[in-house]
Amino acid sequence: MKKLLSLFLLVLSVNVFASGGVELQDADVDLTDKVSLQRGAKHFVTYCLGCHSAKQIRYLRIANDLGLDEKHVLTDIAPEGAGIYDQLHSAMNKHDAEKWFGTQPPDLSLIARSRGADWLYSYLKGFYVDKTRPFGVNNAIFEDVGMPNPLWQLQGEQKPVFTNDGERRVLEKLASVGNGTQSSEEFDRTVNDLVNFLVYVGEPVQLERQQMGKYVLFYLLIFLVIAYLLKKEYWKDVH
Amino acid sequence: MNLKPTRLRMCGNWVLDRFPLAQVWNEHMAHYYAPKNFNFWYFFGSLALLVLVNQFVTGILLTMNYKPDAKLAFDSVEYIMRDVNWGWLVRYMHSTGASAFFIVIYMHMFRGLLYGSFKQPRELIWIFGMLLFVALMAEAFMGYLLPWGQMSYWGAQVIISLFSAIPVIGDDLSLWIRGDYVISDATLNRFFAFHVIAVPLVLVLLVFMHIVALHEVGSNNPDGVDIKKSKDPWGHPVEGIPFHPYYTVKDLVGVAVFLLFFATVIFYMPEMGGYFLEHANFIPADPMKTPEHIAPVWYFTPFYSILRAIPDKFAGVIGMGGSIVVLFLLPWLDRGKVKSIRYRGGIYKKALMLFVISFIALGYLGTQPVTPLATMMARVFTACYFGFFLLMPIYTRWEKLKPVPNHLTIQPTLEERIPELKALFEEVTEIKTEGEVSKRGFNPTGAKNVLIRTAKNLKESLD
Amino acid sequence: MINESVDKSKRQFLTTALTVVGAVGTGYLAVPFLSQMQPSVKAMAAGAPVEVDISKIEVGQLIRVAWRGKPVWVLQRSPEILATLTTLDGQLSDPQSNESSQPESSKNSARSMKPEIFVAVGLCTHLGCSPTFRPEVAPHDLGADWKGGFFCPCHGSWFDLAGRVYKGVPAPTNLEVPPYRYITDTQIIIGEEEKAA
Repeated sequence: MKKLLSLFLLVLSVNVFASGGVELQDADVDLTDKVSLQRGAKHFVTYCLGCHSAKQIRYLRIANDLGLDEKHVLTDIAPEGAGIYDQLHSAMNKHDAEKWFGTQPPDLSLIARSRGADWLYSYLKGFYVDKTRPFGVNNAIFEDVGMPNPLWQLQGEQKPVFTNDGERRVLEKLASVGNGTQSSEEFDRTVNDLVNFLVYVGEPVQLERQQMGKYVLFYLLIFLVIAYLLKKEYWKDVH
Repeated sequence: MNLKPTRLRMCGNWVLDRFPLAQVWNEHMAHYYAPKNFNFWYFFGSLALLVLVNQFVTGILLTMNYKPDAKLAFDSVEYIMRDVNWGWLVRYMHSTGASAFFIVIYMHMFRGLLYGSFKQPRELIWIFGMLLFVALMAEAFMGYLLPWGQMSYWGAQVIISLFSAIPVIGDDLSLWIRGDYVISDATLNRFFAFHVIAVPLVLVLLVFMHIVALHEVGSNNPDGVDIKKSKDPWGHPVEGIPFHPYYTVKDLVGVAVFLLFFATVIFYMPEMGGYFLEHANFIPADPMKTPEHIAPVWYFTPFYSILRAIPDKFAGVIGMGGSIVVLFLLPWLDRGKVKSIRYRGGIYKKALMLFVISFIALGYLGTQPVTPLATMMARVFTACYFGFFLLMPIYTRWEKLKPVPNHLTIQPTLEERIPELKALFEEVTEIKTEGEVSKRGFNPTGAKNVLIRTAKNLKESLD
Repeated sequence: MINESVDKSKRQFLTTALTVVGAVGTGYLAVPFLSQMQPSVKAMAAGAPVEVDISKIEVGQLIRVAWRGKPVWVLQRSPEILATLTTLDGQLSDPQSNESSQPESSKNSARSMKPEIFVAVGLCTHLGCSPTFRPEVAPHDLGADWKGGFFCPCHGSWFDLAGRVYKGVPAPTNLEVPPYRYITDTQIIIGEEEKAA
């Protein structure tokens, strides 16, 4: 029995080890922070929508959920010519995408649900200079990704620091060159806002869902109490 | 005023003269006598029915907006989640309901193993139940393809490829099931037809037969004592109580508790950490790219583990199929003379414990990537799984049985055990005073004593 | 087995309480289930206001645009047509459109904001078929009384070129005029009403 248990624990620990690599950084996701979400929406349209769509969400939904009026969303956030009922479609067409990137950039509506917030946060901060890659950058989280760094002007360039681990060289950390327009704190906030927004886009209803849960559980608790009293009353008959 | 109820009653009588409603009600509810000592494990039958109804209602609503088309399916699910009024709730109720169904059914089956509910004269109930389980697995498997995500696609690809392992006809068979060379629009469309019409009809029919068969021979109970042996002058079992109202009100309590858990998952953790809704399934199906790590949904992983543990394609498929088939044979594998685990020998108790551990371990391993060590573990547990069933005709003969009472025993209810639990709480905690405030904290020595006692009790009960 | 000292009223009270609570819960659950059959945001998006360029419509020409999935007609009427309209009042069942559905700005004998441009939902008020546009006067199949208008082939209702229904046909009211307003002289938007000044 004990042997079995220790074997079992060994399997567990092996798996933890296998999923290691570059550590993910924690994103600070807070969907009640409407201001952060609004900034995130703006960043998304500015830096992402050029290539990536988010076709599962409409500007109308963003306006309602983020507490913005429809006019403001259309003039300040959405690209020119978009209607309030429109989904967040990318301006880039399929043909161009395949010519430039070899593939169509994925839709980002559900990226936060498939990748997770921390992954996105670390990924967006993880670009570094690598002259061997077509776009001149590589990524610490997603090796050999076929995407340029959309935020490089804000962040500036990052240089990789490698250490040698026997035969393979291992990426230890990224060192900022410091030629970005934002300071490191500002940039972290920008990326965090963007990730926050993507988490929201992944499931716009989640905040409402959690708020509703309280009432449902409260109701069920009342139901349980009455049902229990009724059961007790009837079961007085049973000896 | 006097006229109305009479009219109503006349209408009622008109129906009752032509339809045996009262008879059906009496036979299956008001005059169906069930043993009075049902415990926790007996909630899961009615809960399974509740979940089935939930799946039907939410499933029908989903069908109204879902599009069984490879180009549209993924987006139509997101359309339900976002644009359809309350679509998210209906969808989460359905997806959580699928997992809840398996939790409830596994508990229900385990109850059968505990109290010998599959043994003579209830073999046919068990067979119908197993057929229900197989139909449910088919239903769940085909339903999982419908969202048309990466896991849907590649999961179906892997499972259908299993059929190609069958000699001679295998390749043609899997081609026939898919209707194409890979999983495609044709497969999606036919799975949709099976999922929403064909299999649900089979399920309803089997549930009907399962219940009719049960009510013919009567319910088993935690003591495994036949209550029909002693009857009162009216012909009712002395130790039985009418299902309605006693078990209807009791099951309502079970329903309330179940719904509390169910609602917690729906409103606070619908993905259940990637177990109820897998992360990779939020990426649309891509026939050109397999996800790095594919695993079936949690309720299939024990069987999937058995498949992976066997290093030969055909033998693996046989092993996986065999793990279900042995369950069908259970009534004839078990030679024990006693139904309930309360009076069975230690060897069955130990075997059952080992089986449960193997089943859970196989389930866990099935969600994890393959490593040499994991494969070895899976083989050990697969051997345990089959050992439990195939060695049963041998080890159940040596059982040292305890005497079975003539009457039902009454165990203390949860409420009656409150003082006992309070004492336990007192023992593992202690009051610490720090200045003004006194706090209740953990007491290691008390906890150690409790652990040792529990271990002793467990050991005793296993002998 | 049944205990004689059972408190019947308590039992009754608890049964009623649980029934009521259960019914309330079922009621609340029914709301999402029923409301999910309401039009979704996608349907609302398709029902968004539509802009129509009316500068290219010739006199006597009718164009069809889709608004909320319904055919909406935009017809450029000639002065002769407008003159005919006033002579028909006696044959119509609701010439002043008192019983019919239209925005306040179109509640006049021509049933339009500007007399020449007629906008209407092209669905018969009887059972929802789309009437055919028959501007010609006295064609052989409709008889000499026909002054030009809309004829519903499903159940034979007649409307004049202001969408007003004739007497003695199945349709109860005049054709519906949707809310619309002029953005410029040559552009209208259907689905939005003139903002109250």
